[in-house]
Amino acid sequence: MAKTIQLLTARCGKIRPDSVADYIAHDGFSALKKAMNMDPMQIINEVIDAKLLGRGGASYPAGKKWKQLYEIEGDPKYIVCNADEGEPGTFKDMVLLEKDPLSIIEGMAIAGYVFNSHDGYIYIRGEYREIQKLFQAAIDNAVKANYLGDNIMGSNFSFHVHIVSGAGAYICGENSGLLNSIEAKTGRPRVKPPHLAEVGLYSKPTLVNNVESFASVPQIVNMGGKAFQELGVEDSGGTKLICLSGNVKRRGTFEIPIGGVTLRDIIFDPEFGGGIPDGKELKCYHLGGQSGPIGFPEQLDTRYDHTSLKKVGLSIGSGAVVVLDDTICMIDYLKKVSEFFIHESCGKCVPCREGNRQMYMILHKFATGLATEKDFERLERLSFTMSTASSCGLGQSACTALDSCLLHRREEFEAHINGICPVCLNSRKYGDQYAY
Amino acid sequence: MVTSMHIDPNKMVTIKIDGIPVTVPSGTTIMEAARKIGIKIPSLCHHPDLGVRAFCRVCLVEDSHSRRLKTACNNLVDEAGDITTNSPKVRKARKTVLELLLANHPQDCLHCERNGKCELQTLAAEYNIRGNIFDPVWKPVPKEMSNPSLVRDMTKCVRCGRCVEACQAIQTTNAIGYSGRSTDFKITTAFEKPLSESPCVYCGQCVAVCPVGALYEKDDTQRVWDALDNKDKFVVVQTAPAVRVAIGEEFGMARGAIATGKMVAALRRLGFDKVFDTDFSADLTIMEEGYELIDRIKNGGTLPMITSCSPGWINFVEKTYPDLLPHVSSCKSPQQMFGAIAKTYYADKMGIPRDKMFVVSIMPCIAKKYECQRPEMNSSGYQDVDVVLTTRELAKMIRMAGLDFNFLPEEEFDHPLGLGSGAGAIFGTSGGGMEAAIRTVYEVVTGKEPQSLDFTACRGHEGIKEATLDLDGMPVKVAITNGLKNARVLMDKIRAGEADYHFIEVMCCPGGCVGGGGQPFRTTAAIREHRMDGLYKVDKSLPLRQSHKNPDIQTLYSEFLKEPNSHLAHELLHTHYQDRSAK
Amino acid sequence: MATETLSRERVLEIIEECGGDKEHLLSILIEIQRECRRNYINEASARVVAEKLDIPLVQLYDILTFYAMLETKPRGRYIIEVCNNAPCYISKSHVMAKFLRKELGINFGETTPDGMFSLQYMPCVGACNIGPVIKIGDKVYGNLNEERIRKILKELRENAQ
Repeated sequence: MAKTIQLLTARCGKIRPDSVADYIAHDGFSALKKAMNMDPMQIINEVIDAKLLGRGGASYPAGKKWKQLYEIEGDPKYIVCNADEGEPGTFKDMVLLEKDPLSIIEGMAIAGYVFNSHDGYIYIRGEYREIQKLFQAAIDNAVKANYLGDNIMGSNFSFHVHIVSGAGAYICGENSGLLNSIEAKTGRPRVKPPHLAEVGLYSKPTLVNNVESFASVPQIVNMGGKAFQELGVEDSGGTKLICLSGNVKRRGTFEIPIGGVTLRDIIFDPEFGGGIPDGKELKCYHLGGQSGPIGFPEQLDTRYDHTSLKKVGLSIGSGAVVVLDDTICMIDYLKKVSEFFIHESCGKCVPCREGNRQMYMILHKFATGLATEKDFERLERLSFTMSTASSCGLGQSACTALDSCLLHRREEFEAHINGICPVCLNSRKYGDQYAY
Repeated sequence: MVTSMHIDPNKMVTIKIDGIPVTVPSGTTIMEAARKIGIKIPSLCHHPDLGVRAFCRVCLVEDSHSRRLKTACNNLVDEAGDITTNSPKVRKARKTVLELLLANHPQDCLHCERNGKCELQTLAAEYNIRGNIFDPVWKPVPKEMSNPSLVRDMTKCVRCGRCVEACQAIQTTNAIGYSGRSTDFKITTAFEKPLSESPCVYCGQCVAVCPVGALYEKDDTQRVWDALDNKDKFVVVQTAPAVRVAIGEEFGMARGAIATGKMVAALRRLGFDKVFDTDFSADLTIMEEGYELIDRIKNGGTLPMITSCSPGWINFVEKTYPDLLPHVSSCKSPQQMFGAIAKTYYADKMGIPRDKMFVVSIMPCIAKKYECQRPEMNSSGYQDVDVVLTTRELAKMIRMAGLDFNFLPEEEFDHPLGLGSGAGAIFGTSGGGMEAAIRTVYEVVTGKEPQSLDFTACRGHEGIKEATLDLDGMPVKVAITNGLKNARVLMDKIRAGEADYHFIEVMCCPGGCVGGGGQPFRTTAAIREHRMDGLYKVDKSLPLRQSHKNPDIQTLYSEFLKEPNSHLAHELLHTHYQDRSAK
Repeated sequence: MATETLSRERVLEIIEECGGDKEHLLSILIEIQRECRRNYINEASARVVAEKLDIPLVQLYDILTFYAMLETKPRGRYIIEVCNNAPCYISKSHVMAKFLRKELGINFGETTPDGMFSLQYMPCVGACNIGPVIKIGDKVYGNLNEERIRKILKELRENAQ
């Protein structure tokens, strides 16, 4: 039996992405029609029943978020789609943006209807310039066909979608940073509280969801929340787009029913990764992007759903699965992760700005054989402080990968103190890109 | 700050902090609530007058509702569970944050401008930091000294953002801001230009709020010591009104305590030949400015007329609203009027060659350092005011001379440039310049004494105040503003043709000179109010409360200037402005 | 198309073309940069944007220095951006990076003396399935090897003439 599923990706590659006619021929806008004959609270209940956990990385229950916003008074309310996909190893939103943009637009319009909102924004990262153009064409066509814009389908509901471009900042994927960026401010995250649901875009109540979450909404409306949930597991419904990259034979995006496969399936099943190329062994895999935990072979039989992964200290995050073979040194890889956070930290809060660079320096000491036992204490203090005292998710999660390595592969760190790591001796000759 | 809409300040919230129940209004921060029960939560970036940034992450506390530690400066009691402010977790995180900060900070406290007055140093001491588990990462960057007023030593910067908040939110000058990200995150001007090429007005509000030695006034104390030590120089000093109600704070006196007599004694002991008062030249300013206003009203001059005493404000209007320059009074500031009179009338009268006369000003202000160096400020043929010291710099000299300020006797200013009226004294607070002017203008226009000299509509710390005065049938509409953000509102009104005022008083700094950038560190809105009260007490206690009744001013006119706005007065006491906006 | 410096009029036109309001600030800045031969936004252009959109210059400078795609100093005609994020790193992007350094004779963050190429790192562009990747302009090149890189550089050089 096939382990993949085509729900969100059903239309991908089968239709001209910006064509409303093609989209309708494949069941498009039926959910919007249905939704506009429903009571908003009814729709929210379907989303709650669907057990849709936010697909951006934090896995916050979408239904709960919608209900909270619904209960907040305020006008206007804004709908914002976070398409600032920047988590390395993640390219699933790109697939939807590129191949089925109208499903995202439909999802946003349904949200617009629920919250009686008139303006939706989609913040697409600046690197996806071509996609921005395509998405604009899709919007224009939807407006022409009266599925978007003024008086949608002859009703008195009007909803407009505006594209805002990013310009290269991972931190704008953090929702408050993203809203600042839309407001023509620097994309550093805001001080919270106040919460975005209450004080969001232009200080108005705002819903921010990820691309994949919005694309799931028409499916939920059409099939009903319960049916959507049943595709997945009890506390996490639906399907998930996962992105395989690194040392696997087949790299790419796959859609799976949540909980329907194990990590072993994802990496080794011929339908997915198909195993490690060049006769190498699996060393580990990095889940959910750079801010996610690292898993090891002994955890491979875990089912790929939020609860099962959480039990073994792992998480889905963005859906990225970066596979590392045994030619890669753990310390070397962690330095790479650390470099990423040094580059992407917004810099305003001390634990993140100063902590990431100290972390890199300590890892570098391990890599060059200069570390001592004392450096474990330093790493531990840094990890504790950064995760508990940083202002936003970036700093809080910058040590997640390190923590899983320290927990499961402390011996590799110790080997470096003793100066024996054949793998990293090999890679060290490429030198360091940054000197902090 | 935009706050949550569930907050109702009329509702009381009770939470437990370290097991002690505390009841505070909804919307109170954990930090404020803790203070109510005697718990001081440490912080570096927090400042009561500035918007919350939560950059420094020092004010961490445990909250039973949260897995993570919370910052006490921005989290509200409304969402808090039981708070713990002193636990192993809290101490460990706070100490680590401090060590991270210190790893990116030079360790040359002994040579630092803020040695002994540095908030980071204090925190390091409180947290018993005796070394650092982290390796140093700080790199020296060149000091910026492009201007006569202030020094930016960004090597010392802790990136707390207080200065940016002061520059952008309080003053809307927008000279400095953030740039870059991560380890490049820093505070800078646009395109890293020197301050002199930025919209900076040298108000020094950034200096006033900086917790460390990254921003400070250019130190001119040595130049004053040199002059005092030079037997050829006749060194006179003038002291601005707002200094006398602030200098005491430097020596442990109460906030806003009136220390005029001790200050005069201290200056005399430092070796100044004559100790004079800027209150005197403030009276002179009232004469010139008052007559200019009457002239503009009667003869169809440009209205509203705007005061010109505040050098930061002058810089602002030249750089940001040059089209409104015709509205600005042509009068020099009291400091510069003093310099011009001291080096002409007084020098000649005393038979001292003008080039031997050395004029020092003690000012609550760092923009005054720039003002005295303007090329047009040399009516005597020499630079009219040689050196400007801030209140803080004077305190430094007093300490260095070993004077125990609190033990000094109360002494009087010298004559003739040391006699000031109460009107001159209140020049140091927002609204004071206006009230002083009205006390004189009323009498000049109506020929009658005002029923009361207390024009209380002018008083208070509000950003914008308005009043209409009845000058015996002639209504005069006035506005008073302090802080450039508020000044901007009035200027935009003038531009839009919506300002029907006759006269506007603008002071650059919040609260006026009492809140100047050269005043003792850790000034807050509450402290400014104490200083304001102090000045009104000085005024009330003086027998002489109207500028035109100052006998020494009357003598100056009869012996020298002849009459207000005379040809000689224009030569010495008035100036001209120029468009300095960025093109 | 690309010019050395943009005139005030051209900057104003771009602002209008991109929607003319603050919400499109980043698009506006990206377009200005694309039209400038040296791939940057100079102070004069920034001043026009700041004035037109009513953003204090110092805040605009913050934005220019915060976003990785924007640059305030002149760069090369073509910017070769190498992905050095973890997935590409695993696919040996550092070997490509080393080769490019050798081939162009410059380090990362530098521009060739003829002003033709700048070399820099870029964040993940979601092409991890074809890593290691480089990006030049809007075009992403994947599954790279030395031969392919040589060919790309040659084409660009010919294009520029």
